[in-house]
Amino acid sequence: MNFRLRIWRQLNLKSSGKLVDYDVENISPHTSFLEMLDVLNEKLLGRGDEPVAFDSDCREGICGTCSLTVNGEAHGPDHPGAVCELYMRRFRDGATITVEPFRVGAFPIVKDLVIDRSALDRIVQAGGFISARAGSAPEANSIPIPKHDSDLAMEAAACIGCGACAAACPNRSAMLFTAAKVSHLSLLPQGHPERDRRVLKMVQVMDAAGFGNCTNTYECEAVCPAEISASFISKLNREYARAQFRRRLGE
Amino acid sequence: MIGTLDAKIPPGPLAQKWRSHRDHMRLVNPNNRRKFDVIVVGSGLAGGSAAATLGELGYRVKCFCFQDSPRRAHSIAAQGGINAAKNYQNDGDSVYRLFHDTIKGGDFRSREANVYRLAEISNIIIDQCVAQGVPFAREYSGLLANRSFGGSQVSRTFYARGQTGQQLLLGCYQALCRQIAAGTVEMFPQTEMLDLVIVDGQAKGIITRSLRSGKIDRHAADAVVLATGGYGNVFYLSTNARGCNVTATYRAYKRGALFANPAFTQIHPTCIPVSGDYQSKLTLMSESLRNDGRVWVPKRKEDRDKPPGEIPEADRDYYLERKYPSYGNLAPRDISSRAAKEVCDEGRGVGPGGRGVYLDFADAIKRLGEDVIRERYGNLFEVYEKITGENAYKVPMRIYPAVHYTMGGLWVDYDLMSNLPGLFVIGEANFSDHGANRLGASALMQGLADGYFVLPNTLPNYLASQMGKRPPPDSAEFGEAEGCVCARIEKLLSVNGTRSVDSFHRELGLLLWDKCGMSRNEKGLREALQKIPELREQFWRDVRVLGSDQDYNQALERAGRVADFLEFAELMCIDALERDESAGGHFREEHQTPDGEALRDDERHAAVYAWEFQGDGQDPKLHREPLQFETVHLAQRSYK
Repeated sequence: MNFRLRIWRQLNLKSSGKLVDYDVENISPHTSFLEMLDVLNEKLLGRGDEPVAFDSDCREGICGTCSLTVNGEAHGPDHPGAVCELYMRRFRDGATITVEPFRVGAFPIVKDLVIDRSALDRIVQAGGFISARAGSAPEANSIPIPKHDSDLAMEAAACIGCGACAAACPNRSAMLFTAAKVSHLSLLPQGHPERDRRVLKMVQVMDAAGFGNCTNTYECEAVCPAEISASFISKLNREYARAQFRRRLGE
Repeated sequence: MIGTLDAKIPPGPLAQKWRSHRDHMRLVNPNNRRKFDVIVVGSGLAGGSAAATLGELGYRVKCFCFQDSPRRAHSIAAQGGINAAKNYQNDGDSVYRLFHDTIKGGDFRSREANVYRLAEISNIIIDQCVAQGVPFAREYSGLLANRSFGGSQVSRTFYARGQTGQQLLLGCYQALCRQIAAGTVEMFPQTEMLDLVIVDGQAKGIITRSLRSGKIDRHAADAVVLATGGYGNVFYLSTNARGCNVTATYRAYKRGALFANPAFTQIHPTCIPVSGDYQSKLTLMSESLRNDGRVWVPKRKEDRDKPPGEIPEADRDYYLERKYPSYGNLAPRDISSRAAKEVCDEGRGVGPGGRGVYLDFADAIKRLGEDVIRERYGNLFEVYEKITGENAYKVPMRIYPAVHYTMGGLWVDYDLMSNLPGLFVIGEANFSDHGANRLGASALMQGLADGYFVLPNTLPNYLASQMGKRPPPDSAEFGEAEGCVCARIEKLLSVNGTRSVDSFHRELGLLLWDKCGMSRNEKGLREALQKIPELREQFWRDVRVLGSDQDYNQALERAGRVADFLEFAELMCIDALERDESAGGHFREEHQTPDGEALRDDERHAAVYAWEFQGDGQDPKLHREPLQFETVHLAQRSYK
């Protein structure tokens, strides 16, 4: 298969970028999208052009490193899945494919298609944990947890932290990311002692990082490679309201 | 001349060694802990849990990872589960049995004392992870569920769908985040360790490069912990993430740390077969699939291109069930992998190139229904469909072995300290617990055992004697190491040849897969030992790395790693040649039983081989650590 690629090239954070056209030829339909970019880079190197910088690591959809917008969609057209799980058989032969980084103000562009997502780490650092010191844990089966709650917590915990939710959102909101972590931990009894503090601080840091607000467009859910349900955002809102209310009551 | 190594295993009966050792180790009092700086390189299960726990204890920790966030370390990709001897199933499990299975699974090439400690600690790991909120699978009662895994006859594996590694890693990432917020851990993402600094014979710091800005930095500390994972990517194609590399451990080796058993690599039996030469990595299908999937190939060569549905039951060879009736499809990884290679070598392999075997769920779906199978393995079936375009609920999966894990690593003593005082090595990066073959669901166990519970107990034993001995980063040793790092980067950028870094890496990988992969022989290894230096020489003459060292330059990153692989590959082959026996994942064709099983030579090779760097172009020096088996009876492994 042959493709024309329009790829965002940008030297660094300070410089301005632009879309540049490249052609790739004889690509097998079983090639993954990122392997197709590897082929392009090999070709660029051969003619003395600097390869296109893009992030990836596990290339099996779990590490959350890859972060491309393909034809305007975060992670491309094959949902659910990260862009590393996208295969060229999904495209028409001869198609023009536009490749850009995730466009979110809170994720500055490092180079070409590479972005800085440390804002997501800061949200977790604000309280996305249960303070269980190593060595202090009770016997694992001493806290039975209803299977339903545990399964639901797992659904939220499956988030891979890629940031596609924010990239797809017209408001550039990271609510789905934050909601997934808040829900995972508040659905479990172990997470209850820090429940109020956690949600208040995580939302505060999320807002300070420059992410937008949620207006229920559900674009996030549509592109999420881990199929995190937008209903967790309602859960986040309830947790937040509850914590605010309890705080006002002075509890 | 061969040196002998002392693992400093505590005296006393096996079951009491760890407890009595803890009772007698030196401690650092809480007020003094903040006076010690500890470097942790790597943020996977081992490094992340170690950094978080040392931070909780009050040490000042600097943690480094090459990924853009510690949450992306490759532990995240582990699918199947984590073992523990809880015996929640009442099926006869115990600490002793987990210990015994692990020693036997490792083909009697690991240390009894280390493995016993691992089995002992396994239970509190589960407690710890549950307390952190890891959503393990549960029964309707609300209690924890288990599944079984290869190499054992009990159900002791805890799991979180097919994403156990992810959930355990997020648990320790979150603990790490808590310490970062508390200020006890300083995190350096996208920062790569390029050299180890030795001062007066002790590991006292590292030289790093920021992948983002290219900036070279010196970091001095009272101790250095390497948790940098395995070297499976030396084969180019493996199930490892693209970034996994040997650089940190290899640089430590070049500074005097011993590298143990590098030939012990694990080939995982259930991966998606290679589909073309553009392929950048292989994808694992969790071994847990073998609980319900049945492995087969056609009995006759002629049937291999027929659609599987048209091959009647009578014409199928369920070769694992036939050869190993008591373990069947759950035979250990090395044995299952070789069995797959064997049937493909006979020409009975399926799929493109004839390098594949079927993993069939038809019986399980008939017995349990598609919903149960979907519940157990749904995400794995989805991954399979994405990559191959095939629906495994309807047609059997095709699988083939691929490089997955490396049992070898830097040599460490019982305290997980290398021969260089102050250098500790944990997780996959060390060699200590899995012998010649690792059992499924044991890597997560070992990473977390080392990081949460072993290192935080043994590190103070060293630090207690190191008060006030941290050298300043402007000392001569740091200057010398930084000079070496800069010179090497400059050299890589100045070659300006014609070939890409990846093309060299791919060539090296094919060579190793052929000569030092699933089976090895003397002739092939000698050939590899001749070709590797040639390829290396070509690399330094003809590699092309564009761009500068002052910004984000991914080709430069990879070039440094591949240059190290090109040296390390030689060490691997030297070790494979020296170990003139078959053991676990190391199968020397010269040594096999009449029915093709690995044949050990306990008289000559019941030992750890640890190699000491002697200078570029020189043969490394061999040190032996004889393995004493006081509790377990040495026997030929049988899974029949």
